Amino acid sequence: MIGTVAPRRIESAGPAVLVLAALAWLALLIGAPMATVFTQALSKGLGAFLDAFKEPDGLAAIRLTLLVAVIAVPLNAAFGLAAAWSIAKFNFRGKAVLLTLIDLPLSLSPVVSGLVWVLLFGARGWFGPMLDAGGIKIIFAVPGILLGTILVTVPLVARELIPLMAEQGADEELAATTLGSGGWTTFRRVTLPNVRWALLHGVLLSNARAMGEFGAVSVLSGHIRGLTETLPLHVEALYNDYDFVGAFASASLLAGLAIVTLVAKTALERAGRVAAAKGSAL
Amino acid sequence: MLALPRASLAAAPATLLNASYDPTREFYKDFNGLFVADWQRKTGQPVRINQSHDGSGKQARAVVDGLEADVVTLALAYDVDAIAAKGLIAKNWQSRLAYNSAPYTSTIVFVVRKGNPKAIHDWIDLVKAGVKVITPNPKTSGGARWAYLAALGYATKRNGGDATRALGFVRGIYKNVPVLDTGARGSTTTFVQRGIGDVLVGWENEAMLAIDEVGPGKLEIVRPSMSILAEPSVAVVDKVVDKRGSRKLAEAYLRFLYTEGAQELAAKRHFRPRGQAVAARYAAKFPRMNLITIAAFGGWQKAQARNFADGGTFDKIYQPG
Repeated sequence: MIGTVAPRRIESAGPAVLVLAALAWLALLIGAPMATVFTQALSKGLGAFLDAFKEPDGLAAIRLTLLVAVIAVPLNAAFGLAAAWSIAKFNFRGKAVLLTLIDLPLSLSPVVSGLVWVLLFGARGWFGPMLDAGGIKIIFAVPGILLGTILVTVPLVARELIPLMAEQGADEELAATTLGSGGWTTFRRVTLPNVRWALLHGVLLSNARAMGEFGAVSVLSGHIRGLTETLPLHVEALYNDYDFVGAFASASLLAGLAIVTLVAKTALERAGRVAAAKGSAL
Repeated sequence: MLALPRASLAAAPATLLNASYDPTREFYKDFNGLFVADWQRKTGQPVRINQSHDGSGKQARAVVDGLEADVVTLALAYDVDAIAAKGLIAKNWQSRLAYNSAPYTSTIVFVVRKGNPKAIHDWIDLVKAGVKVITPNPKTSGGARWAYLAALGYATKRNGGDATRALGFVRGIYKNVPVLDTGARGSTTTFVQRGIGDVLVGWENEAMLAIDEVGPGKLEIVRPSMSILAEPSVAVVDKVVDKRGSRKLAEAYLRFLYTEGAQELAAKRHFRPRGQAVAARYAAKFPRMNLITIAAFGGWQKAQARNFADGGTFDKIYQPG
């Protein structure tokens, strides 16, 4: 007779080895490249490192990168919240289609996410002649960079929220409604507090991706120094200029921004757990 | 009398966008400074030159897609032709400036590691077993197309004009290519920075720049017995300058490439100058080589259609992986 498999006692060395292996793998895969970035950036001293941030084209790249993130991330947050809310709390026709559409950018190559805008708004694109007549520039200008970034990052907030909201179900909202709460109040006082940590998590993820996006932006930028180069493109340009200190200094700034984002994320998660523990203790 | 042209020029846009290919970065950085100072001195108008660099073919595509470049300074005439074919540049662009609108030239050479450990002296050495050749993809890189044609020219001559055997020879070279980068600068960094390969086949100007960057004594230039006269072409993008009202500035910018100061700068930045005086001064830096021209392939339109279009000879001889 085939019995059910009893839970095996795991030798205490097993998990330790696994943890060590995982750590070694991560150190190799993430730690070593990160260390390279910072050592290369500082290879000619702190002065040369800091000079990289005084260069006008570099400053323009930093400004553009921040501008793109500042516009793209709130839009992603608003859309992600709306999409997740409607998908998780309601049943409607085309729900599966909406879900698939949200996932689509994740499976697209970023280069494609850039090219579609060229096909739409480029001089030879569908709307190209119209835009040209109106003197509006989208491709090879800031709006194009923004569109590419948004297309790449749009699923990130929604994807964080949908599983959580679906799991939470609509019971609390229904209860609130029965108690006479309006739609907006329900959203603000019931739905939003329930998902705030996931929302922040999604916002940080999409922020990191928005600042670091290369493929889509590369297609849409036109690579004009000081005008349409974001930080990742500037890193490539400097590298191609044989300015390795400059390239790695800019790369370390990007890495620094990513680390800040991760630290913020971890801090928020910790705060979230503390808050949740307090909540359940009450 | 003098005030009038100045006033009319002041109304013109004070910016110019030059869409160029990758290896000209250093040259145009210097040249733009020289031109801006000269223009300001002559006209009193301050001007800012914006620079965009990418693979030559990609830049042509970007201009067709709406990148508002007043001038293009690309790796080969074919890429300018591609823009002209879409009506953005007059068809006769190549005759508008001296020397086929190519103010500086280059050629294809080899770069090997110090001491030339694999004893690479000519194209024939590239097909030897165990030699790793680094060169970019002719589908995307202008420099790679010049390199491919130089190899094909050599192979054709060596095989007494037998096209099939010539292609077999070129196939042997590309069989030895482990990494096919999309652009010339990518190939250079693969070879120089990442240390992959035994020989880099590419632009003479890129080769000299790479040696400047890593310091002499690590790399050596090898000049094959036969190569090709590469003519990077420049043109005003008529549709853009007429729309922006920047024709006068754009034309002056390109004409300035032919002045002695600019030619000197080109020579310093490792491009072969056209001007006799400057060429004479730099004769030692740029040794005479046996160079065929694109005319040997019936011009760029024919060379492109026959070799680099889908189903062309390159597709026949190169199987990735």
